[in-house]
Amino acid sequence: MNIFQGKTLSWHVLDGTIELTLDRAPCNEIGRATLSDLEKFIAALPSLQREAHALIISSRRKEGFCAGADLRETYRVAQSLPKDERLAALRDFLERIHHVMNILDEAPLTTIAAVHGVTFGGGFELALACDLIVADKMTRFCFPELRLGLIPGFGGIPRLKRDLGNAVVRDLLLTGRSINAAKAQSVGLASQVVAEGDALRVARSTAAQLKKFDRDTAVAAKKFIKPIPHEALRLEIEIFCDLFMRPAVDAGLRKFVESSDALPYLP
Amino acid sequence: MNSLDKTTDEVLRLAAEHFKVERDQLAPDDDFFKKLGINSLQALDLLTRIEQHFQIELPDYELQGVTDFRTLAQRIQSRL
Repeated sequence: MNIFQGKTLSWHVLDGTIELTLDRAPCNEIGRATLSDLEKFIAALPSLQREAHALIISSRRKEGFCAGADLRETYRVAQSLPKDERLAALRDFLERIHHVMNILDEAPLTTIAAVHGVTFGGGFELALACDLIVADKMTRFCFPELRLGLIPGFGGIPRLKRDLGNAVVRDLLLTGRSINAAKAQSVGLASQVVAEGDALRVARSTAAQLKKFDRDTAVAAKKFIKPIPHEALRLEIEIFCDLFMRPAVDAGLRKFVESSDALPYLP
Repeated sequence: MNSLDKTTDEVLRLAAEHFKVERDQLAPDDDFFKKLGINSLQALDLLTRIEQHFQIELPDYELQGVTDFRTLAQRIQSRL
């Protein structure tokens, strides 16, 4: 299916580039609906990538690329289930989202995250699964999970460790602070920083450049230089599940959900 | 004008420009959340503008409890 319009995202193929566009109010929070649409995407990917050399993931939401996991849904689902079923439901969700991220990470075409605004938590993790990040200058990257008594759970730490020095990973993870696009580029996270609103245009221009190269060679090079940290990803799920069942997480999620700020992103 | 006054003035100008209000509608001791009617997401946008303008890095946890422009300017000043 070369064109798809789902509840939370859409895709189409344009000039040999697959464009996956996130569009769920308020800021593409990843819950069950987005996971379901992403799973449809990766099911379609083998067919889509036959004639494509690049994938661009971007967002139609003005607030940003993606604010992360849908914490309101996470809290609601957790509260609705008996304690002994919560862990199973959580693990199922994590394993499914990890599967999506792994497929994107190792996709046999060059993947580009064209990001702007809020690129937090699971949104940051989605960008990290891509080969390149093109960030507009108003982007902010953040792993705020420690504020909730958690760690990133969608594969963020192993992927961040793969790409950056450990000191930067510790800074982002342990302080939970957000960094701007210029800082992200200076530490090697963002490959390009562009004018506000221009990330998708530049990502398309980059994809057009990639089209000049032999696809099989590009795929072989990517496989050689981009290992998937499978063991660490599995360990992350275990650590996340252990942490999630603690009362501190319940309190952190409740505070987030009860905030009067529609998008409570400041620490 | 001492440095803090100058920084405060620049912050007020940046905020006025970013949120499209008249500069003289903002005062150093105004609560920027209430005065500008912004949420934390918009505050992050202002933070990015501030970092770009002053060429600094200002961790967002430094903004905890900061609600007025003058105190924000003090935080910025400590990074200059």
